[in-house]
Parts: sequence; C-alpha cells; structure tokens
Amino acid sequence: MREPDSPPPREPSAPPPREPSAPPPREPSAPPPREPSAPPPREPSAPPPREPSPQPTLERVFRDDWGRVVASLVGFLGDIERAEDAAQEAFAAAAERWPSDGRPANPTGWLIATARHRAIDRIRRERTLAAKTELLRRELRDEPEEEAMDEAARFPDERLELIFTCCHPALALDAQVGLTLRTLGGLSTDEIARAFLVPFETMSKRLTRAKHKIRDAGIPFAVPPDRMLPDRLDAVLAVVYLIFNEGWGDGRIDLSGEAIRLGRSLVELMPDEAEAHGLLALMLLGHARTAARFRGRELVLLDDQDRSLWDERLIEAGRASLTRALALQGSAPGGPYLVQAAIADLHLRTPRDWAQISLLYERLERITDSPVVTMNRAIAVAEREGPAAGLALLDGLALQGYRYYHATRADLLRRLGRIRDARAAYARALELTPAGPEQRFLQRRLERLADAVGEKRAG
Amino acid sequence: MRYALLAYGNVDDRERRSDEEQRRINAAVAEVLERPNVTGWLRLHGTGSATTVRHDQGRTLLTDGPFLDSKDFLGGFILVEADDLDGALEVAGELQELQSTVAIEVRPVREEPLTGA
Repeated sequence: MREPDSPPPREPSAPPPREPSAPPPREPSAPPPREPSAPPPREPSAPPPREPSPQPTLERVFRDDWGRVVASLVGFLGDIERAEDAAQEAFAAAAERWPSDGRPANPTGWLIATARHRAIDRIRRERTLAAKTELLRRELRDEPEEEAMDEAARFPDERLELIFTCCHPALALDAQVGLTLRTLGGLSTDEIARAFLVPFETMSKRLTRAKHKIRDAGIPFAVPPDRMLPDRLDAVLAVVYLIFNEGWGDGRIDLSGEAIRLGRSLVELMPDEAEAHGLLALMLLGHARTAARFRGRELVLLDDQDRSLWDERLIEAGRASLTRALALQGSAPGGPYLVQAAIADLHLRTPRDWAQISLLYERLERITDSPVVTMNRAIAVAEREGPAAGLALLDGLALQGYRYYHATRADLLRRLGRIRDARAAYARALELTPAGPEQRFLQRRLERLADAVGEKRAG
Repeated sequence: MRYALLAYGNVDDRERRSDEEQRRINAAVAEVLERPNVTGWLRLHGTGSATTVRHDQGRTLLTDGPFLDSKDFLGGFILVEADDLDGALEVAGELQELQSTVAIEVRPVREEPLTGA
C-alpha cells in the first residue's frame, strides 16, 4: 500500500472551528513537517524572560507544579497577574532555600502556601488594596506560616478552573493559546513568543491584555455549569490541539510535547470526558512518529518511514487512551477527536484497513462538515477503489487555495496517467507551499514526473 | 458585577422589518427587560435625531447627525447584574437570538468612584 503523495492536510492557519464542535481535521498518517533549521541567533538586546529560571534540580518541580500553584493563587487572589507574581516569588524562594534546607515533604503545598504569604505581604504593603480584601485579612489572622506549611496538602487542585478561564471564548484565540501555555504550561513569555515567531513585546502585550480583560470583564474562574460545559470543553480541547499542531516555530520549544502534557492534565482532571481521552490519544499517536518523519532535512511519508524509529511507548499510551475513550463513549457516536484518534491508530497498522478508514472519515465528515475531511476520505477511497473514484470525490471541493488539495489531486492524476494535469496540479501546490521540506518534497515529485515522461518519450 | 449591553442595529435591517415583526420582537424583548437582573435600560431614537457636539478651532461645533457615520447605530443599552461575564453573556445571547440582525457589545461597568483633584 502506498501513501498518497500529499503531505499532511492541515488547515492552513485557520483557527479550529468553534461551531460545530470540531477540530481542524488533519491527516493523521503524516503530521505536519517541522523545518529542522538551526535556531536563529539570539538578539543581544532581547529582554530577559521575566520568569525565574530555577536551578536544574528544581526544574522538574517547577514544570509540574507551576500550573497548580498559579491556579491555586488565582482562586485565592482572583487575579492572574498577581497570582503569577506570587508564584514566581515562591519558586524563587524554593530555589534559594531547598538546596540548603532540604526539599519539603509536600513541595506543591509548600509553594502554594509560600506564594499565598508572599501575596498577602505584597498586598499588605499596598494599603489601598488591603482595605478591599477582607478575605486576606482573615487569612493573615488565621494562617500563621508554619501552620500553613503543615497543612499544605489541603489546597485543592484548581487547574481545571484556570483552564476554563484561559480558554474562555470571550478571549481571542491567540490569547487563549498564549495564556494556557503561560499559566498552565509554565512556559515563559519569551519561550511562547519564540514558539509562535512573534516579538517578545507582542506576546507580552497580548498576555497582559488578556489578563486585564479577565480581571475587568469578570471572566469566571470556574468550571462552567453543565449547560455551558460542552461548548466550553470544545474550546479547551481546540486550544490544546492548536498548540499541538501550530507551535512548530523555530523548533526549540517542544510545543507538541507541551500540548501532550496539557492533554494528560485534562484527562486527569476530567477522567470521564471521552473527547479529552480522544484528543490525548490523537496527539500521542501523532507524536510517536516524530523521529521517523524526517531523513536529514527531507520529509518522509508514512509508508517510507523507518518503523524502528517509531516510539512504541507513545503508541501504546495512545492506544490505551483510545481504548479508554471508546469505553467512555459507549454506544454513542464518538466526537471528532475520538474519531480522528481511531483513524490515526488504523494508519499505524499494516496492512491498512482503507475501508474502515474511509468509513471513519465519513463519520468525521458528518461531524465537522469540513471539505478537508472529504479530501482525506477521497485519499482513502482512492486506495480502496482506485484513483478515479478518489478524484471524483475531490472535484468541486472548496479548497482551491489549499496546497494539500492540489498535491492530493496531483498524485491521483499521476496515478491515472494524466501526466500533464498532474504536473499542473503539482505546480499549483508548489505555488502555495512555503520554502522548506514540503516544497522540496513536491519539487522532487514534479521532477520525477518529468523524468517519467522523458523515459516514455525516449522509449 | 454590572454589565452594559450595548445593542447595535443596522439602518437597512430595521427598515426591512414589518410592523408586525417589530411588535413581536418588542414584546419578547420587553419580557427580558422585566427580569430582576436587568437593572436599567434605555432605547434611543434613530441617528437621524442625533446632534454631535465637538471642539473645532477653539470653539464648540455642532453637527447634525451621529458621531460615527455608519449604517450601524447604537439602538439602546441595558444594564445587567451578573455574577460574572458568563451571566451577562447569557442575557446578551437571549436578546440577540430575538433579533438576529442585532449585535450586542457587552462591557463591564467601571464601579470605582471617579476621583480627581
């Protein structure tokens, strides 16, 4: 079985549709290529990250606990900016004291308690604010520092509330993405800016504006009530999937890994949501083939990939998540992430079950109503019924500006022996493809096509 | 928190609506305005009745018409009391569904006292 020529269809820079509740479909058999370029030289004038850089020994604690600490502080203070400031102070204190005093029994609790006290101290200094915060004065009375340390374990996990705040649809999508990475992922503003290839100042302003809007407009810090939950959950999943898909940046920030960490948190916090498990499965199954996707600087399609480079551990984890999602789903029709994860799983099996794959794409089509999904189904149909059947499905799709549409068409035309049409379609795909491995890949296909024609003529 | 719901309409859409349709919409909107969480509201006459006061070369200048020259106009606003933005958005969503061509801008009310020298 051959994989169609097209590199992965991936909605070009379109934000995931919010309604109907569907993520941008993406061919799971060949996720987006990452340009393996050297990192650009750091601007000497680049502002230093505002965030602390804890010592290596604390890095793990920092990464794992940042979200929990910030979430707890937002719940306590009602303001993300203050929460981050306090959390930073607590992590700085940990970096200073833990190496000599030893790590506390409950590091998370220690960090939260310390951050709360730092916040209270700060507010105490800012008298105008202290007047407003009856709650804080009560805390000052009732919570001597030592006692708080002992009872540290009682702080509830409020990350879920924070996720719903950060992914509130009243915030612009890019702000949702940035805030989620900053507050829950613990990435620095500088890292997020680099990952999305925007200047530090731009990202900093974007995050500040979003935090102020959350505060001024009263965006709730709460898990939405049941009547709102499905829509809001879709928004959260869309942000995580966007991070997984979009954040290739300069390759130095592993945003796919970051998205998977967020996905793991989501299933931990919402263990009964089939779509959360489905999204995690989809990401794990895609990420498992990262190492096999390039040979040197060249894109390698699924069928040509060295399977020994696939991460079996991730595939297993992905399949376990998929199984969990299917079990939770029961007999109800699956949501878009679950269906995509099921497709991704099928793509990893040999021989590939194209009948089942096209059936699942059909289901996804009904959920998303997206022409990109129809295009993917056309690829599966071409494998099962031949290129002519696939081509018939492609005709008339509203994807004229979409490079993978033309690449897919080119491949099917080539297989039908319609060389001139194929060449025109490759040329159109090339026009739409930015310089990089994908472009070189298409260029090679086009050249090979020219060679084939030459041989035919010669013979 | 208090929120102002600013209802924007479009001149063309309003003209296209039949009297009967408008009456039906008004009745449904009136029902929402009766709710206890709606603490105040105002309807405005059309922009044809507007006068704009501004400053021009050291003196006050009056112009006939709205500040923003647009087919979209502020038709009225509603004050809503809600726990958080979601509460205000729900009311806005209801009002919007009643009049599909209207767009509603939700703005939090600034409650702190205006202090000056």
